[in-house]
Amino acid sequence: MNNIRKNRLKDQIFRGWGIACTLLGLVLLAIFIGSILIDGLQRIDWDFITSLPSRNAENAGIYTALMGSIWILVLTTIISLPLGIAAAIYLEEYSKKNRFSSILEVNISNLAGVPSIIYGLLGLEIFVRILEMGASVLAGSFTLALLILPIVIVSTRESIKAVPKSIRDASYALGASKWQTVSMQLLPASFGGILTGVILALSRAVGETAPLIVIGALAYVPFAPSSPMDEFTVMPIQIFNWISRPQAGFEVNAAAAIIMLLLITFIMNGIAVYFRNKWQKKLK
Amino acid sequence: MRKFKEAIIEKSLLASALVTILVTLGIILVLSFEAVNFFREVPIIDFLTDTQWTPLFSDKHFGILPLLSGTLLTSFIAIAFAVPVGLSISIYISEYAPKSFRRTIKPALELLAAVPTVVYGFFALTVVTPFLQTFIPGLSGFNSLSAGLVMGIMIIPFVSSLSEDALHAVPNSLREAAYGMGSTKLQNSFRVLVPAASSGIIVSIILAISRAIGETMIVAIAAGQQPRLTFDPTVPVETITTYIVQVSLGDVQHGSLEYRTIFAAGITLFIFTFLLNTISYRIRKKFQEKYE
Repeated sequence: MNNIRKNRLKDQIFRGWGIACTLLGLVLLAIFIGSILIDGLQRIDWDFITSLPSRNAENAGIYTALMGSIWILVLTTIISLPLGIAAAIYLEEYSKKNRFSSILEVNISNLAGVPSIIYGLLGLEIFVRILEMGASVLAGSFTLALLILPIVIVSTRESIKAVPKSIRDASYALGASKWQTVSMQLLPASFGGILTGVILALSRAVGETAPLIVIGALAYVPFAPSSPMDEFTVMPIQIFNWISRPQAGFEVNAAAAIIMLLLITFIMNGIAVYFRNKWQKKLK
Repeated sequence: MRKFKEAIIEKSLLASALVTILVTLGIILVLSFEAVNFFREVPIIDFLTDTQWTPLFSDKHFGILPLLSGTLLTSFIAIAFAVPVGLSISIYISEYAPKSFRRTIKPALELLAAVPTVVYGFFALTVVTPFLQTFIPGLSGFNSLSAGLVMGIMIIPFVSSLSEDALHAVPNSLREAAYGMGSTKLQNSFRVLVPAASSGIIVSIILAISRAIGETMIVAIAAGQQPRLTFDPTVPVETITTYIVQVSLGDVQHGSLEYRTIFAAGITLFIFTFLLNTISYRIRKKFQEKYE
């Protein structure tokens, strides 16, 4: 009897430990967000959002970084979206199961695991040097587009895979060609899922710092970019720059900018989850 | 006409898929081209055995070991924290927690991975390090302990999510058999389910290691920028990734030896993560076959 009781006790202890572990990360995140809000919330006002960078912590704002991030976001979407979706359609609907397709799959799974800073080195050599784009918004967008390409491809494939086979069969039975089936049935049916994946990938791109530092994006840029060939900075680089400065005023600025960045990331994640739930209901 | 159009569409879709191959080739070519140039000037034996890394000083040494030790130390701390916690979470969510809890907690945990890493770096530097200093008096302002722990928090969802999927995929008959023998959930989890899901769990750990090795901003902000061959977690170190950031922030002439060092460091990093990713891919393929 004693043994059984001991085992039940162990079982209960592990249950408590499991709950503690599950909540640990979330509690730490909450503590952190709380402390950031205390530090940074007082600093956020309209001036902070519309001011140019400055040597003076009190006058410095995030305008150029915010605009840079928006430019990067738009261009990265334009580049990675068609490429990723087209590659996913090919892999899911067209490619036959052979050596070539398995090489493609191994390769994409490997690319998803390459550290982001390596993409920075690739971008530095190919886009900045060889294609002579310089440290421009365009070079940064190409670099980030390649970085999120594997994520877009994988999530698009999952969404297309989730479309019931009966829809494909019905389309072919009506005499539709392969492309007609893909463009008129599969893509509309998997739209919600694809959108979710793309937004999540983009939310990762917005938070990326290292690859953009490597391609030479500057911490101090006096003006917001007005064309894809302009130099730029983004929110995470601005935050990194402010963290690196010794004066206390900049730490407050960093906290305030982090609030803005987290707001953008969480809103994007929220939208993605919303679309996913809506789409999953529709699929059922 | 329709056939022609279909063929063109198929070719352009194929071309998009081939871009991914080009990216891999591009990475390998770029890294090896610059690294070969680097090894023309610095003997590879020095690179692998010299215990100092001082390319930016006048007395130049090009030993990768200090950067490697910094990378391994921070990653080890992160893994030592994230794997026990992540695994416990996965067992709790998969075996103990009610279904409704599972549905809400999984997306919440994934939020941990969605936070930008520069934000985690700020957290490590301004919250965790001062907190740790209250009971580790000798702790330096930049150290691998704080950076590693915070990196561990970031990695938790990578471990918990994939391990939970693996546990969830174990056939119910195994669970029922264990309960039929009178085992508790704990005995069932550790003696039946974890061994049965071991390949999936190993994959999640390998991916977490690969993620930790490649992580940049947390260590660049909180672990310091001093290459040092040590396994002392309380002093500043520099990781491979931090070095690349440090050089990129400065004014290094294109084509100079200093410029090439970041590619030599980069190819070292790439080889490590490539090996880890390939191993995990192999295990995952085998694992899928087992249950299909």
